[in-house]
Amino acid sequence: MDNTQFWLYLLVMAGSTYLIRAIPFSLVKKKIKNRFIRSFLYYIPFAVLAAMTLPSALFATDTVIGAAVGIGVAVVLALFDKGLTLVALAASAAVFVTELLLGLIR
Amino acid sequence: MYSDRPFLRGLKAGIPIGLGYLSVSFTFGIMAVSYGLSWWQAIVISVATVTSAGQLSGIGIMIHPGQYLQMLISQAVINVRYSFMSISLSQKTEEKFSGIWRWLLGFFMTDEIFAVASMQPVVTRPFFAGLAVIPHIGWTVGTAAGALLGNVLPQSVMSALCIAIYGMFVAIVVPPAKKSRALLLVVAFAVFLACVFQFVPGVKELSSGLSVSICAVAAAVFGAVLFPVGDEERGE
Repeated sequence: MDNTQFWLYLLVMAGSTYLIRAIPFSLVKKKIKNRFIRSFLYYIPFAVLAAMTLPSALFATDTVIGAAVGIGVAVVLALFDKGLTLVALAASAAVFVTELLLGLIR
Repeated sequence: MYSDRPFLRGLKAGIPIGLGYLSVSFTFGIMAVSYGLSWWQAIVISVATVTSAGQLSGIGIMIHPGQYLQMLISQAVINVRYSFMSISLSQKTEEKFSGIWRWLLGFFMTDEIFAVASMQPVVTRPFFAGLAVIPHIGWTVGTAAGALLGNVLPQSVMSALCIAIYGMFVAIVVPPAKKSRALLLVVAFAVFLACVFQFVPGVKELSSGLSVSICAVAAAVFGAVLFPVGDEERGE
């Protein structure tokens, strides 16, 4: 791919992504009164994260079992209100150990 | 109560996001190079775009010449969720967080930065600016490492790191869902829809960015219809 084509593609990709983020952020200034829209906006972040996490996370690592253990550990720690970094690292460690053990069994 | 070094507080809140991004963008760096892009192109893409699903689909289009319209359409569809997030967060920003600041800082509206910011009762300008720093560095450094070093890490470590970002999502969603049955049902419905889009033929072919947008919007509408929230619940 030549450089001109790369920069043009980048402009389209980065430019459209930026405008999709910045235009609504900059133009919506008033408090939204409508109860339906306010409720929708309250739920949307959790809905996005939930839909991104399951089932995708199960296929993110080498083995589904490892990923399931990792997510299980994350859920248990999160139920005890542990912080984001701790939960993320503990999930990774759980995957590492689980897949190590699976490797020994095989 | 929000004035005690909000920038530093934001920086700190961005650490887990940055760590999570390292592993995800590392994978992106490896993929970009394997698609035939050079290492610096991979880094420039990450610095300028900062989005996982969009970039992944973007490099798939870049390797073919002249598909600018297809690039525009796919980016718009995959990234439309950011518009909802931006509107949602616009309702929580302090008064000083306006004008040029929204045009500048809106650039950093990723899923994870949005999720962490929206847990704040009020989003201040310095907090959001601080929050954006480490994720952006993590995203860039991870891409560079992936593009330049490739598979130097053992596969077992790579595999384990790939769950980090999802662990962070779990840590964001579970605590509030534990306290609210309505939120729990919305989350469960979103996961159910995501499973449909993962496994059912006919819809599983859709790109991940598009299916996430559809699932999330449907689940949030479901929640807004069945369990509309009052003023007192929103600030939590």
